[in-house]
Amino acid sequence: MQSPFHQTVIERLQRQILDLEGYKTKPSKQQKKLGFAHIEKHFPNQVFPTGTIHEFVSTQPEHTACTSAFIMALLAKLNTHQGIYVWIGKQRQLFPPGLNYFGIPAHQIIFINLVKPKDILWATEEALKCQSLSGVISELEAITFAQSQRLQLTVEKSKVTGFILRTQTGPIHATACAARWQISPTASLNLTQLPGVGFANWQVELLKVRNGSTASFNISWHNGQFHTIENLVPQPFLPHAIGS
Amino acid sequence: MNKRYVSIWFPHLVTDQMAIRQKELDGQAYALVAHERNKQIIIGVSYQAKKLGLKPNMPLADARIILPSLQAFKYQPLRQQKLLTMLAEWFIRYSPNIALAPPDGLSLEVSGCTHLWKGEKPYLQEISSRLKKAGYHFKIAMADTLGAAWAITHHGENQIIKSGEQLQALFPLPAKALRLEENTLQRLAKLGFHTIDSFIHIAPSTLRRRFGEEINLRIGQVLGEQPEAFEAISEPHPYQERLHCLEPIQTAKGIEIAIQTLLENLCILLQKDDVGFRNATLKCYRLDGKLQQISIGTNQASIHIKHLFKLFELKIKQIEPDLGIELFIMEATKVETLPKQQEALWQIQAQSNLSEVSELLDRISIKAGKNAIRRYLPQEHHWPEHSIKAVTDPQQLPETEWQAHKLRPTVLLNQPEPIQVSAPIPDYPPMNFTYKGQLHRITKADGPERIEREWWLNEGKHRDYYYVEDEKGQRYWLFRLGHYHSKIAAQWFIHGFFA
Repeated sequence: MQSPFHQTVIERLQRQILDLEGYKTKPSKQQKKLGFAHIEKHFPNQVFPTGTIHEFVSTQPEHTACTSAFIMALLAKLNTHQGIYVWIGKQRQLFPPGLNYFGIPAHQIIFINLVKPKDILWATEEALKCQSLSGVISELEAITFAQSQRLQLTVEKSKVTGFILRTQTGPIHATACAARWQISPTASLNLTQLPGVGFANWQVELLKVRNGSTASFNISWHNGQFHTIENLVPQPFLPHAIGS
Repeated sequence: MNKRYVSIWFPHLVTDQMAIRQKELDGQAYALVAHERNKQIIIGVSYQAKKLGLKPNMPLADARIILPSLQAFKYQPLRQQKLLTMLAEWFIRYSPNIALAPPDGLSLEVSGCTHLWKGEKPYLQEISSRLKKAGYHFKIAMADTLGAAWAITHHGENQIIKSGEQLQALFPLPAKALRLEENTLQRLAKLGFHTIDSFIHIAPSTLRRRFGEEINLRIGQVLGEQPEAFEAISEPHPYQERLHCLEPIQTAKGIEIAIQTLLENLCILLQKDDVGFRNATLKCYRLDGKLQQISIGTNQASIHIKHLFKLFELKIKQIEPDLGIELFIMEATKVETLPKQQEALWQIQAQSNLSEVSELLDRISIKAGKNAIRRYLPQEHHWPEHSIKAVTDPQQLPETEWQAHKLRPTVLLNQPEPIQVSAPIPDYPPMNFTYKGQLHRITKADGPERIEREWWLNEGKHRDYYYVEDEKGQRYWLFRLGHYHSKIAAQWFIHGFFA
């Protein structure tokens, strides 16, 4: 067993390593906070990393729907003010009225449709350079390690948070992203014992976290908040309300 | 609408202007003289001189016999052209379409302009009194066609020819009024056709045989049966910069420097007027006389040189310098008042700088086209496909609220796709469905939510939507088209995926 002294030394060293790797422990006021410890605890310093690239893997349309909603919910929680978001993809399949439920009014999202993967990458990089954006989501079939590194370098300068939605099937190779997520739908939550479909419920898998631990947990979204299965209490029936 | 034209003829254009400039010439007899084939020939005469019987094309020596005191001035060919263009620009206040009718006339297309002066008569009176006051001698006429108006001014009296009556008005005029070539006129004269009414009713084929196709064309133009080109002068461009190159430019670097220089000059010009670029065009005149041009557009008025330069930079590749470019012209083809810096869209926090976002969008739209960028605003329609409206303007705000009380899928298929379903009738949700060869067993379902078509927009059957969840926890939006029918199997579709 380690003595308490050893533990503090190791913690201090770990923090130093994180600093060197670019995970600055900023004053807590500046850092955007998710406010949901259940997710945050898997990341270094117990802070959801913003100003980096997150990678989401999804191969089926059902999963894409969940992943998009999860990203929207994350962004809504991270940005308390009304921001501008850019969504870059081949063809818009998202249905703007459906996104509102997850906390971001769809008119704040600028959709950019491009045909060539090369153009999507270019536009993603340009968008990530733009510090006025609150989030950039890019649908890419595939991304190479070098390309992801390039994007990572861009956001390190601009501090914009980027989300890459990979739709490629087959083996996934390494990227320079801060985390790799996979969101899949699970049976909806029915808190009120009423028949019908309940609240959206997802299995969130953190396949890879830089300097953090992988994890898999169940998360639900309703009334404009994330909820875990554990802390759920049956509550009276409320109509689906839009996020705060 | 019927077109209306005004023709103005200045028989003493240059001499009138000389009298306006030099008061002592007013009311004097003087002439403009050019040296031609060892002779001094009169080109233009003043009003007073004409009254005394002097005419253009007369040798100066002959004129001096009639009027020994005749003053002669040197004729400057460019002066007339310049004066005419200047007058044409002045006339833009009366009509947006002005054409030159060289050597000494103007044509105005006045369709839809005259009512602003309370009718055609006051309109012409206004023009006449202004010109008279200025000191010009002129003849003016209005008609349905350019040709008719021209004919009246040059060979008739000042007047307005009512719509459709140009034929009668032309009857007494000489054949010359049709703007025919000299040898056609001579042939007409030889056969005794002196006035227009003497030959205008002759069959076109006969006329063509005798006088060529031209006469039919001219008659057609005068009567409005044949089109006639109207080359309107363009207004001088207020925001334009030119850059002459001592040596022709061939390299991309050279073009970059040119763009930079032009932008800097033009931005200073624009800033003075508190406006910014919305559209700009760069014209490159090549040594071989060909014109190369590139255009850019911005989402928001901008005089940010660095940003504008970046937009042009993306397009430099399209310029082919070939032998070299000797002249660059940059025009701000569309300008708008500069937005105030504090003005934020969607009440964004101060840290978000809108102009940075619109600069990003400019760069993307230059590369991918304006249609690649879309925002969506709610529309007051229940039909899912109509419930959103695509806009390109990055600043437009929703006119109505997003409908929050009905759940809508996160992903919507562009086209609903047919599925195979087993469902208990009449209105229960399906028990299972097959989509893309995969069977989904439904465990939970909500619905139906009936959405009717808006009959004033499109016709067809209504949809009954069900929000269902299968045994894997995947959520879908399915619908049945129309009512159940005893003979026809119900059609089911999948339309979207819920999160």
